[in-house]
Amino acid sequence: MAKQNQPDVEMLKGTLDMMILRTLVGGDAHGHTIAKVIERTSEDVLEVEQGSLYPALHRLEDRGWVSSYWGVSENNRKAKFYKLTAAGRKQLAYEATRWRQMTRAIGLVMGEDLAGSGGGQ
Amino acid sequence: MSWRKFFGRKRADADLVEEIESYIAEETAENKARGMSEQEAMRRARIKFGNPSAVRESLWRQNTIPLFDNVVRDLRYALRTLRRTPGFTLIAIGVMALCIGATTSLFTVVRSVLLKPLPFRDPDRLVMVYEHFRDPSINAQQFNYNPVAPGDFYDWRAQTHGFEDMAVLRYSNATLTGERGELPEQVSARGGSWNLFPLLGVDAAIGRTFTESEDRPDGNAVMLTWSLFERRFGGDRSIVGKQIHLDGKPHTVVGILPSWFNYPDVKVQLWIPYQSGMPPVVLQHHDFHFSTVVGRLRSGVSLESALSQVSAVQYRLHLANQNAPVAEDVASRTLSDDLAQNVKKPLTVLLCAVGCMLLIGCLNVANLLVARSAARQRELALRSTLGAPWLTLIRGQLMESLLISIAGGAAGILLSLGATRWLVSAWTNLPTAQSIDADGTVLAFACVLIFATALLAGLLPALLSTRRGSLAVLQASSRTARSSQSRTAMRKTLLTVEIAATVVLLFGAGLLLKSFWRLRSTDLGCVTENVLTMNYSLRSKQYDTPEKANAFNEKLLERVRAIPGVRAVALGSTLPGTGDGEDDIFAVAEHPPTPPGVVLPDALYRSADPGFFSALKIPLMNGRFFSSDDRTGRPQTIIISHLLAQQYFSGENPLGKHLRIPAFGDDEYEIVGVVGDTLYQIGRPLRPIMYLPVLHGKLDGLTLAVVTASDPLQISIPVQKQFAALDSQLAVSNVLTLQQIIERSLGNASLSASLVLSFAVLSLVLASVGLYGVLSYIATQRTGEIGIRMALGAPRQQILSLMLGDGLRPAIYGLLLGLAASAGAIRLIQSMLYGTQPLDPAVIVTVIATLLVVAAIACLIPAWKSSRIDPMVALRME
Repeated sequence: MAKQNQPDVEMLKGTLDMMILRTLVGGDAHGHTIAKVIERTSEDVLEVEQGSLYPALHRLEDRGWVSSYWGVSENNRKAKFYKLTAAGRKQLAYEATRWRQMTRAIGLVMGEDLAGSGGGQ
Repeated sequence: MSWRKFFGRKRADADLVEEIESYIAEETAENKARGMSEQEAMRRARIKFGNPSAVRESLWRQNTIPLFDNVVRDLRYALRTLRRTPGFTLIAIGVMALCIGATTSLFTVVRSVLLKPLPFRDPDRLVMVYEHFRDPSINAQQFNYNPVAPGDFYDWRAQTHGFEDMAVLRYSNATLTGERGELPEQVSARGGSWNLFPLLGVDAAIGRTFTESEDRPDGNAVMLTWSLFERRFGGDRSIVGKQIHLDGKPHTVVGILPSWFNYPDVKVQLWIPYQSGMPPVVLQHHDFHFSTVVGRLRSGVSLESALSQVSAVQYRLHLANQNAPVAEDVASRTLSDDLAQNVKKPLTVLLCAVGCMLLIGCLNVANLLVARSAARQRELALRSTLGAPWLTLIRGQLMESLLISIAGGAAGILLSLGATRWLVSAWTNLPTAQSIDADGTVLAFACVLIFATALLAGLLPALLSTRRGSLAVLQASSRTARSSQSRTAMRKTLLTVEIAATVVLLFGAGLLLKSFWRLRSTDLGCVTENVLTMNYSLRSKQYDTPEKANAFNEKLLERVRAIPGVRAVALGSTLPGTGDGEDDIFAVAEHPPTPPGVVLPDALYRSADPGFFSALKIPLMNGRFFSSDDRTGRPQTIIISHLLAQQYFSGENPLGKHLRIPAFGDDEYEIVGVVGDTLYQIGRPLRPIMYLPVLHGKLDGLTLAVVTASDPLQISIPVQKQFAALDSQLAVSNVLTLQQIIERSLGNASLSASLVLSFAVLSLVLASVGLYGVLSYIATQRTGEIGIRMALGAPRQQILSLMLGDGLRPAIYGLLLGLAASAGAIRLIQSMLYGTQPLDPAVIVTVIATLLVVAAIACLIPAWKSSRIDPMVALRME
């Protein structure tokens, strides 16, 4: 919503799918929960744009990485729950590996001392 | 997968709406838990979520296949537009249906007759070989491809090696009876040499084809065509091996031909071996030209080298038969060309005519669409200014013409199924070796046609209305009408082309029609009204002597003359106007002998009874008619036609002179009379004719002509009863009036003339509707201007002539353009014309006058309307 957030969100777009999948490792969840979990775990740095969350969920479902069902939320409301599929788990593993390689590579370029890899120095 | 998404997008959206609701509810609940008021909690939740429509739209887009979606939208729009103006839509679809239907029909016929390979084995290697006379003086067209004499054929086959094999065919007909006196029937037949069917690659459907040992003068094998087998023998397979009677002689059925076999034409009912029933001496003759030869080229041998061998053989035969009509050379054409030779030209002309009409139809629809797109001009300009891709706009515009073409095309294809059937039945000499049916190719052709017409009819208006720089359109008020100028110019151009094409069609139709009228009004040289004709032959054993045949013929004449209503009766062989029949060479006995190497003159010969000439009103120019004394056993007499007397007895009296006809032996025939000329075929030049007395025991190919006081067909049953009374086993065939025979021979000229005429009339209607439409459009555009002119004092006549000029200008340009184009088109139909000059002034004047009158009428209505405009109303309209 705040204008300066836009670029961040744009940059995160490619990773949103991965984060949704990661969130679902903890158990089935509906849209609201997924958004909240991402925001909380990122210590409120990341703000999930609803405009991309729902299309992303439908996209993941189309690709067969999550499945959905209508259930009842913690507050006794009807809600659509998303569940990680086996294919989704595989995809998550793949994306997570790629992500790690990427951040490490970028980190190296930026000359940062990466925890774990810089121990020897 | 994306299609599933595409069609499930409504459900996905509904799901999303619920999800959003559930999100808001969750968020509201959380907010409330934080201590906000109900309202504030809801508001915050909504703010946090953002615009639900945007989310829904983004999902919707994600589920959409954009191109398909747009096409569907265009389609829906076009459908709505078309439904809003049902009159226009129906007319446009009707025009397209007619044009596409007619074109498809003709294409079906053209494809089957001219393009599709014949249903024989390796048909490309099949050629017809004819004798060819080099001498140009006797080389009137019919001698270019002259029928072959049996003697020549057998020499060709034995002495040349360029052909795998050569086979020979001849005409025949027979009276078919059963063993137990079933109803006699005269059937058309062909004699074919035993190797004909293997050569073509055709096998019998039941039984077998002829063997070499059956192809003998005393051979008595017969093959039935499928249609005779089904019709007369009820499809009973046990007929194979049994006997049927032809002209009273038993023949054994050896096989049945397959049902698709309609070669050389559909009228042939049965086949006998070539030599069957032929006098052995005739088979050795080199100057009895009555057969056609088909050969199969040996693979690896060119047609030229194969023909040059045959040609060399033929030249030797020519040298060996001095004075006899044995050709010096041979000529050939492919079997498929040979079958289609009479229809190739008319078919091409008709296809061109129908193509012209299709073009006019397309232009007309284009013209109407241009007018309609005026209404959408502003919308399109706006969309293009807002950045709609040009292609998208074109697509939207094309959709309308595509829908019209598809609907019209579908109706047209159905129409063409019926039209093709009609055309095939109306066209009497279409070759039928190839079945004429719509098939996949025809369907594909129709589809291509549909898209081509859609493109042609839709693209012009679409390009026009989506032209760039359309900002001007937005700025322009309806009053300045500047933007519509290019539109009007476009419509006028379309109209000019349309009128030009119409003129070409009118011109062609005019020439064909005039030529047909010329044909119809040709004087045959004898009476043609109220003449009933029928054919019969006396071939059975009862008539084995000339006296017996004469007795039958005289008795028949006497009985028929006695029928009330009969004015006169003529008995002969071939009647005037019914074809060339027989011809032969002759020499005048009193003239010096023809030098060796010069072929003797040729004349048609006919048989006639004593009453023949007076019954048919063929005038006597000199001498006498035959009497009942000119018969078997008496001195040989002959009557010649005026032309023969003129050509071969110039300055001398032919009476008392003698003719020798080598084909009939050494007898000399005394000329006893000269009679008026008759045409052997309408549309063909006169040929000299010699008449021999029918009472010389003529048995074969007899024609009885009965001249009646009233409708001749009413006499046909009484006449046939007289035949039955004399011989119950005798079959009479071709019971027709002379008029009917002549009409039939003109049938194809009349068919092509009337078809081209109807295309031309239709095109004229289309063009005038187009003219009317354009002028009405211009008139509406200029209403304001006209109002001002009138307010400033312009008289009504001036307005009228202003508007008339506006409309007639494209008509006149089109007329000029069309006349210029006709000059090229004439060349195509020149050879189809009879007694008509290609630049016939009457036709030219009629075409110009017709077009101008129709154009003037089409223009007058809108022009008159605009001259009646009340200036006050016109000015207030803005």
